[in-house]
Amino acid sequence: MAEKLTLNLKELSKRTEGLASGHRACAGCPFPAIIKMILGAADDPVVVANATGCMEVVTTIFPYTAWPVPWIHNAFENAAATISGVESAYKALLRKGKIPGNKKIKFIAFGGDGGTYDIGLQSLSGAIERGHNFLYVLYDNEGYMNTGIQRSSATPFAAHTTTSPAGKVIPGKTQHRKDLTEIVAAHNLPYAAQASPSHWNDLIRKVRKALSVEGPTFISIISPCVPGWGYPEHMSIELAKLAVETKFWPLYEVENGYYKINYKPRNPLPVIEFLKPQARFKHILNRPDLIEEIQRFVDERWERLLWLEQRKPEENK
Amino acid sequence: MAVKNRKRMALTGNEAYAYAMKQINPDVVAAYPITPATEIVQIFAKYVADGLVNTEFVPVESEHSAMSACVGASATGARVMTGTASQGLALMHEILYIASSLRLPIVMAVVNRALSGPINIHCDHSDTMGSRDAGWIQVYTENANEAYHSVIMGIRIAETVNLPLMVTLDGFIISHEMEVVEVLEDQEVQEFIGERKPLYNILDVDNPITVGPLDLQDYYFEHKRQQVEAMKYAKEVIKSVVEEYNKKFGTDFPAFIEPYRMEDAEYAVLAMSSAAGTMKEAVDLMREKGEKVGLVRLRVFRPFPFEELREVFKNIKAIGVMDRADSLNTMGGPVFNETRSALYDLETRPKMMGFVFGLGGRDFPIEDAIHIIERVKALKEGKKVDMVEYIGVRE
Ligand SMILES: Cc1ncc(C[n+]2csc(CCOP(=O)(O)OP(=O)(O)O)c2C)c(N)n1
Ligand code: SF4
Repeated sequence: MAEKLTLNLKELSKRTEGLASGHRACAGCPFPAIIKMILGAADDPVVVANATGCMEVVTTIFPYTAWPVPWIHNAFENAAATISGVESAYKALLRKGKIPGNKKIKFIAFGGDGGTYDIGLQSLSGAIERGHNFLYVLYDNEGYMNTGIQRSSATPFAAHTTTSPAGKVIPGKTQHRKDLTEIVAAHNLPYAAQASPSHWNDLIRKVRKALSVEGPTFISIISPCVPGWGYPEHMSIELAKLAVETKFWPLYEVENGYYKINYKPRNPLPVIEFLKPQARFKHILNRPDLIEEIQRFVDERWERLLWLEQRKPEENK
Repeated sequence: MAVKNRKRMALTGNEAYAYAMKQINPDVVAAYPITPATEIVQIFAKYVADGLVNTEFVPVESEHSAMSACVGASATGARVMTGTASQGLALMHEILYIASSLRLPIVMAVVNRALSGPINIHCDHSDTMGSRDAGWIQVYTENANEAYHSVIMGIRIAETVNLPLMVTLDGFIISHEMEVVEVLEDQEVQEFIGERKPLYNILDVDNPITVGPLDLQDYYFEHKRQQVEAMKYAKEVIKSVVEEYNKKFGTDFPAFIEPYRMEDAEYAVLAMSSAAGTMKEAVDLMREKGEKVGLVRLRVFRPFPFEELREVFKNIKAIGVMDRADSLNTMGGPVFNETRSALYDLETRPKMMGFVFGLGGRDFPIEDAIHIIERVKALKEGKKVDMVEYIGVRE
């Protein structure tokens, strides 16, 4: 168990190196900050596996690397399988006394929504089901950004992407987002959560929580994308915050099957506040019916979460 | 290929492979079942369950994940093995290239089975031939005994050159047929393979490394070029490891090619895997009739032993090359194509023709083997033959 789950800013600033400067992420991309928070949150040394995607591409261009920790990239759809191999080898080598000082190491896989919701879903499901000891971090920018902004099953309804273009007849993506956190939770893993870089203390607590339990854990983090969503580059964290305040991106956790919503906006904003600043929704700003549909979806998911939250563990009843 | 005064066990090819894995006692095995390789996974899982090995067994949800997990595990410096066939190998295809470019010495059994479609479960070499440019060392074995010993040698070879290696055995023909296998003692196996000594590993948290970065126009080519050098080096290592093994254990395995009755041969056949056994018999029969025919069994396809082939064929007038796979390029199979290319520079270039046989497990009886010899004889005599003949197929 980590000594305590929260860290204040001063403690955090002392702990973390984060990515080296010079990486090629877009100005304003929030995932370097997310990585910094996660690496800072870990008490033990970590080894990272990264799926193909923006994060991998911008942080390692041979002969350079921005990563201060051991890191492996294998392919697009197999970060979870790769880390499961790393973790299995760790167990075997530990058992055989081949790891000097029997060092405690934590294993973290990072994948984008394409590498996680879509092409990597099987590999993730398999690794969770097998019960490997690892944390999977999904950075969800709601599209395939590395390849030039295509739809994924995380792309919201009506959003414009290059493969769900807003056309004269079809107004962007015609499907809603898939609820991956729910799919993951259905594996009955010890811990799954949703977080946002705007709520950094909640994010860090969740990472520390996840790293402190035995078995597979999962955190889905919203990661706005400057060119993909189309907004001024200083607005990433603000947009992440708007996603939370509009209940578009609920902060919640599922611990041993029990749901807890970690933040309930007292005066939730209508979803339009989240949509408005983003160019990918600009074609629907004069389509109240479509905005209404997104609002309906958000409300429905939220109601469902409230309902799921009612089931409390014995000791809290 | 008898090992002198050794413990003899009656084993199928799959059992022999699994038994070698038990004696090797790898750190990690990640595998997924597929006919006809399933038994390897099953037997090994039982070894784990019975505590006979100290391995972390990862029963993955697909072959893609099997090879992906092998890559992750091998990057830690662990000794890693797996096994598959056909569709499983095809599903791994993407990751095979990553394993070899990361220079990870994973050792894999491939039980040769025809690739879909149409779907079929029986032997041919379309699976491993489809992976021939993936940067893996490929060893094709004739029988269960050779498969067993090739795995043990394979560990040493792979870990010396830092390249992955596959040992193939013919589906059902070798994987499921019981044979006498002359096995080493556990201790001998362990001594021969030693410890893996990786140059780098991703569990060394005090010396963090980045594995598998984006590698663009300015470096990718150099890294691929280095893989070519690694394959050249593999040739030296295969030779020395096989020699050392033979010396230590009294075996007489050939490193790359096995010439059979080639001394005064005027024409010859080149064959791989179990079909070479049938072909040896056919050569014997033809020799009894006074035919000066010989056989060369090709044991290693990657790296391709072009120098050895040039040497053994330099005075041969006509050669028939057998392929248990077709390149669908309208000029035969890969063994034929590459052998022809290898012999092109010989001073007196032999006449050559290809034979595609045994696809989808089609039986390869001795009559067909004799027919092949007769066709090569016709080629030698200057009679008109097709560049490629299909053997045992209804046309
Ligand atoms: C098997 C395979 N298919 C397609 C690609 C091309 N590709 C690389 S990254 C990527 C999209 C990545 O999207 P995501 O996982 O959401 O990460 P992001 O780039 O948005 O951070 C695609 C389609 C690939 N590398 N491998
Ligand atoms: S495209 Fe989007 S996700 Fe990728 S680096 Fe730029 S801001 Fe980040």
